[in-house]
Amino acid sequence: MTEAIIHKQINVLILGATSDMAKALAELLARKGYQLFLASRNIKRLEAFAADLTIRREIKPELIEFDATDFASHQDFYKGLSHRPDWVISFFGYLGDQNLAQQDWAESHKIIDSNYSGMVSILNIVAEDMEKRKQGTIVGVSSVAGDRGRQSNYIYGSAKAALTTYLGGLRNRLYKSGVHVMTVKPGFAATKMTYGLDLPKAITANPHQIAKGIVKGIDKKRNTIYILFVWRFIMLIIKNIPEAIFKKLKL
Amino acid sequence: MIPAKKNIANWNNYPVVPANEFSFDYSEELPFLLEPAKSMIARGNGRCYGDASLSENVISTLKYHHILFFDKENGIIECESGILFKDLIDFLIPGGWFLPVTPGTKFITLGGAVASDVHGKNHHKEGSFSEHILELKLMTADQEIFTVSKHQNTDLFFATVGGMGLSGLILSVKFRLKKIKTAYISQKQIRTKNLDEVIELFEEYKNFTYTMAWIDCLQQGHKQGRSVMFAGEHTKIEELTVSQQKRPLQIHSRKSLSVPFNLPAFVLNQSSVKLFNSMYYGMHRTKQNAIIDYDSFFFPLDSILHWNKMYGKSGFIQYQFVLPISDGSEGLKKILNKISEKGWGSFLAVLKLFGKQKSLISFPMEGLTLALDFPIRKGIFEFLNELDVIVIDHGGRIYLSKDARMNRETYLKTYQNAEEFQRIIKKYNPGTQFESYLSKRLGLLD
Ligand SMILES: Cc1cc2nc3c(=O)[nH]c(=O)nc-3n(C[C@H](O)[C@H](O)[C@H](O)COP(=O)(O)OP(=O)(O)OC[C@H]3O[C@@H](n4cnc5c(N)ncnc54)[C@H](O)[C@@H]3O)c2cc1C
Ligand SMILES: NC(=O)c1ccc[n+]([C@@H]2O[C@H](COP(=O)([O-])OP(=O)(O)OC[C@H]3O[C@@H](n4cnc5c(N)ncnc54)[C@H](OP(=O)(O)O)[C@@H]3O)[C@@H](O)[C@H]2O)c1
Repeated sequence: MTEAIIHKQINVLILGATSDMAKALAELLARKGYQLFLASRNIKRLEAFAADLTIRREIKPELIEFDATDFASHQDFYKGLSHRPDWVISFFGYLGDQNLAQQDWAESHKIIDSNYSGMVSILNIVAEDMEKRKQGTIVGVSSVAGDRGRQSNYIYGSAKAALTTYLGGLRNRLYKSGVHVMTVKPGFAATKMTYGLDLPKAITANPHQIAKGIVKGIDKKRNTIYILFVWRFIMLIIKNIPEAIFKKLKL
Repeated sequence: MIPAKKNIANWNNYPVVPANEFSFDYSEELPFLLEPAKSMIARGNGRCYGDASLSENVISTLKYHHILFFDKENGIIECESGILFKDLIDFLIPGGWFLPVTPGTKFITLGGAVASDVHGKNHHKEGSFSEHILELKLMTADQEIFTVSKHQNTDLFFATVGGMGLSGLILSVKFRLKKIKTAYISQKQIRTKNLDEVIELFEEYKNFTYTMAWIDCLQQGHKQGRSVMFAGEHTKIEELTVSQQKRPLQIHSRKSLSVPFNLPAFVLNQSSVKLFNSMYYGMHRTKQNAIIDYDSFFFPLDSILHWNKMYGKSGFIQYQFVLPISDGSEGLKKILNKISEKGWGSFLAVLKLFGKQKSLISFPMEGLTLALDFPIRKGIFEFLNELDVIVIDHGGRIYLSKDARMNRETYLKTYQNAEEFQRIIKKYNPGTQFESYLSKRLGLLD
C-alpha cells in the first residue's frame, strides 16, 4: 500500500488566490503538505508564488483561471478540476469606492457581484457536490461591515451582509450532510485592500493570523470566526446601539 | 494605488523623514508606480544606516519575495529582490547550501545586498556579493526590464551593484551559493595587545575564510587598538560531536532579546562604553578552537532585536571607512588617536580585511575597514568631518550604505569613478526619477 492511500491527501480549492489572506493560507497549508488548487482571474500573478511553494515547500499547486463574476463559466470551472476538493475556501471580494458607487450603478453592481452574486454562483455548485459526497468544508470570507449598515461603506457592507446570510443558510442546509460551513469576519486586516489606510494597529489582523485562525476554525468546526477576539466585543456594541442614535453617528 | 504615509528612518534612526510608501506584489504593477517626474527610491528592509533608501516616495520590495528557481545540484538560486537573507538561510541550510556573502545581520533583503554590494567577513578571500551574481533583472526609469551581468549590459551591471538603487529597481537576482557540510563554524579567538598585533594577525590568518576583529577604540598608547580577532572556517563533519553529527545541518534559532524602547542618552556615555569594552576584552581570552553555530558566528547582534534603540531617540551614526593596504596602520592610528582624545568611543568597533575588488561604485578596496558607532550629539558632525580629512588624505573612502552625513567634496575625492557612475546613471535614469536623500546630499546625479 502506498503512502497516499494510508494518508488521504487533502485537496483544498482556494478562490481569489491572489488575496493576501489567501496566499498566507496557501503557505500555511503547503507546510502541512496539503494539495492546493489556486483559482484566480489572473493566474499569471500566481506563477512566482507557485514556483516558490514548489521550491520551498515541495508541493506543486495547480493554478486555474477563475473569474467570480463570469457566472456562466462556474460549472465548467468546477467540473474541470482534476480532484474534488475537500475544502473550498473563498476569499474574493471587492471593497470598491462607496462615493462612486452611490452615483454610479456600474460600481455598485461590481461590488455586489464581486462580494455576493459570485459567491452564490460558485458555492451553489460546490454545495451540490459536497452534499452528494456527504463530506467537505466550505469557508467564505465575509466582513463585519455586513453586520450593520454605515454611511462609509454600506454598499460593500450590504453585499457582505447578504453573503453572511447566505453562508448561514448554507450551513443550516448542509449540516445534515456532514458538510461544514464556516463564515470568517476578519475585522480590519492589513492587506492590499486596505494598504495606505490608517488602520488602528491593535485591532488589525495580519494575513498570517487570519490564515491560522481559519485553519483552527476548520479544525474545531466553528461556525463564525472573528480573528481578533476584540472584534466580538466591538461588534456586540455596534450592533446594540439603537438605530435612532446610530443614524446620527459619523461611521 | 494609495501609498501609506509614514515617517521612516533606517537602522540608525537618523534622519527621520516623511514619505509615501508604495508596495507591490507583481512586477506588472510597477509601471503604475513609476510615474515620470516623481522622485522615488527602492527600499528593502531599512537596514542601511542613513538616507540611502529614503526619498519622498519609496517603493517597498518586502512583498516581492519569492524564490523563482533553485538548482540544488549546482547551488544556483534566483529570487525576487525583497526576500530576506534570514528566509534564504532558513531554506538553504538544511540542503547543505549557504549564502556566498553575508553582512553582520540576516535581516536585509537580496535587493539591498546587491544595491550596497555588501561584504562579509570573507571579503579578502571571496569578494563582495556582486562576485557571486550570475545575472540580475532590473527595471529602469522608463519601465524597461534589463537583464544585466558581468557579460551583458555591463555598464548597467556595475552601476547597479553598489549603486544604491539609483540605476533602477532590482527585480530578481540569480547567484551562486556555497556548499556546506555542517551548520557550524570552527572559530579561533585571539586576543591582541594593540593595533599592530591585530594587523599582523590578519596577515597571518589571511587563508582563513572568515576573519574579523573587534577593537577597543578607547585605549591609548601601547594599548591602542587592543582587539579580539576571530577567524572561522565551516566546520567539517568529523569535527562535530557524535550527537551533532546526527543532524549536522540543523538550523539554530537562538532566543532573541529585545531592547523595548529608546534608551535615554545618558546611558551611553564614555564610562559605560569604556566599561563595556573592558569587560568584553576581558571576557574574550585567546581560545584556539571552538565550534559554534553559524548564527552566533555571523549574526551575533541579531540576537538582540532593536539594539539600535540603545542609542536613544536621536539616533546614531555608523562611520565605516576603508583605507588602502599600502597605508599600513598609519591612517588607522590617526583616526583612533582622534577618537580616544575625544573620548567618544564606540561599542563594537569592527575591523575587517578587504581583498581586491573590481569596483565602479562599490565600497570595498584592498585594505582594512573599520566600522564605528557614534550616538548623535552636539559636535558629532564636525568631528566626523575631521575624520573624513584623514580618510581622504590616506586614500580611503566611506561606505555609502552607512553614510548619513558626508559632504559632496569628500565623496568626489574618494570615489574615483564618480563621474563614470553618474554618466551611466544619467543614461538609464535621465529624469532622475530614482533619487534618494543620499543621492541629493552627495549630488550623485548632479
Ligand atoms: C547590524 C548590521 C550589520 C551590518 N553589517 C554589514 C556588513 O557586515 N557588511 C555590509 O556590507 N553591510 C552591513 N550592513 C549594512 C546592510 O547590509 C546594508 O545597508 C544593506 O543594503 C541593507 O539592506 P536592506 O534590504 O535593509 O535595504 P535598505 O536599507 O532598505 O536599502 C539599502 C540600499 O539598497 C537599495 N535597494 C534596496 N532594495 C533594492 C532593490 N530591489 N532595487 C534597487 N535598490 C534597492 C536602497 O535604495 C538603498 O540604496 C549591516 C547593517 C546592520 C543593521
Ligand atoms: N482587508 C480587510 O480589512 C478586510 C476586512 C474584512 C473582510 N475582508 C474580505 O477579505 C477578503 C480578502 O480580501 P483581502 O483583504 O485579502 O484583499 P485583496 O488582497 O484585495 O483580495 C481581494 C481578492 O479578491 C479577488 N477578486 C476580486 N474580484 C474578483 C473576481 N471578479 N474574480 C476573481 N477574483 C476576484 C482579487 O483578485 P485580483 O488579484 O485578481 O484582483 C483578490 O485576490 C475579501 O473578500 C474582503 O472583502 C477584508
